[in-house]
Amino acid sequence: MANEKKMTSEEKEAKKNEMILFMSNSEEKEHFLSKGNRKLLSDPLDDNNPITVQVLGICSALAITVQLEPAVVMAIAVVAVMAFSNMIISMLRNMIPSRIRIIVQLVVVASLVVLVDQILKAYAYDVSKQLSVFIGLIITNCIVMGRLEAFALGNGVYKSFLDGVGNAAGYGLILIIVAFFRELLGSGKLFGFEVLGHKGATLAESSGLYAFGYENNGLMLLSPMALIVVGLIIWVQRARNRKLIEETN
Amino acid sequence: MEYVNLFVRSIFIENMVFAYFLGMCSYLAVSKTVKTAVGLGAAVIFVLSITVPINFLLDNYLLRPGALQWLGAEYADVDLSFLSFIMFIAVIASMVQLVEMIVEKFAPALYGALGIFLPLIAVNCAILGGSLFMQQKDFGAITEAITYGFGSGVGWFLAILGIAAIREKIAYSNIPAPLKGLGITFIITGLMALGFMSFMGIKI
Repeated sequence: MANEKKMTSEEKEAKKNEMILFMSNSEEKEHFLSKGNRKLLSDPLDDNNPITVQVLGICSALAITVQLEPAVVMAIAVVAVMAFSNMIISMLRNMIPSRIRIIVQLVVVASLVVLVDQILKAYAYDVSKQLSVFIGLIITNCIVMGRLEAFALGNGVYKSFLDGVGNAAGYGLILIIVAFFRELLGSGKLFGFEVLGHKGATLAESSGLYAFGYENNGLMLLSPMALIVVGLIIWVQRARNRKLIEETN
Repeated sequence: MEYVNLFVRSIFIENMVFAYFLGMCSYLAVSKTVKTAVGLGAAVIFVLSITVPINFLLDNYLLRPGALQWLGAEYADVDLSFLSFIMFIAVIASMVQLVEMIVEKFAPALYGALGIFLPLIAVNCAILGGSLFMQQKDFGAITEAITYGFGSGVGWFLAILGIAAIREKIAYSNIPAPLKGLGITFIITGLMALGFMSFMGIKI
């Protein structure tokens, strides 16, 4: 706190500029959830989904979709990182020289990811072990960098925040859908609960669907199935929303 | 022998694309023609086999618990491992900048073809993934780190080469309209990954 008071005049000037920037954006007299802002949130869920339409951010996360729990944690982590990194870069956007912007962006994102990683290690150790290197890989998740480049560098703070939340939610949505099907069909569980009944050693000991001879599809547990499930999601989405169809293969 | 084993493992069994889905963004975006795919693949091999050993040294002499012992006994219990993400990504970003300058100077045609994807190697998950897996695997010697970095680069190269060749072939195939482009690419990648799973358990 004491350091804050000792700000040099330069820093004060910068801070003032920042405040002016912030003000000028909110001065547009837009309601906080106006139509445009709502669109920023809802567009990435379907029409402009990061994974199935923008093709960004597939990298780090499909590997953790075997079960729902890590997928949900990952989705939350990405929402936090994207919302705040978009916000911070948007605040700094007029101060970053464009030649070194990628490194600045990487440092901002990396520091946020370190925070998320430490918090997970402190409060959800098991999940953090399960996610292993994939939390660190949020840094290089293309969707984070992609949105910073494409949106946060040219838009106001609040809009960038919404854009970050929206895109991360669209990304998390796909993750959760994939994880839902993989866990349900692969091990007959959701969040670790046996929703399809209990599988015993023999038919007589089993309950639920397993009593009728149902078997889990072990293929769903293998990593290639994540890709194929995403392919099928794309198929369903584009069949429903035909303007997304591509011309060439 | 150990090194051959590590090399083969990192190419086929722990393939960056097929086993961990790393580097998928550029994998999907640059795989339309074989030529650009080869260029990007070569750049990834190069960057991976440089950054993994550098990050290995960084990890061993700076970051891991007790790594600062060479400074003196009083530093023996310093643990800087929480800094590893930032250090790794800084090394990678600067190495990529270097590669970009070299390619621009010596192969302008390739530079033009790769376009935006060269700077984006910095955020190619396969590169950071290589370093993070290296940290997790606890290699004993730097030669192992070099082998691992080079091997996983070759694995990524093979993967993008394969999908680019297939995509060139299916350009004129009759595919259901909603599956065109991205959808079929995902499914083909899935099938290729299933194929690569058959290498599992190979030990040389």
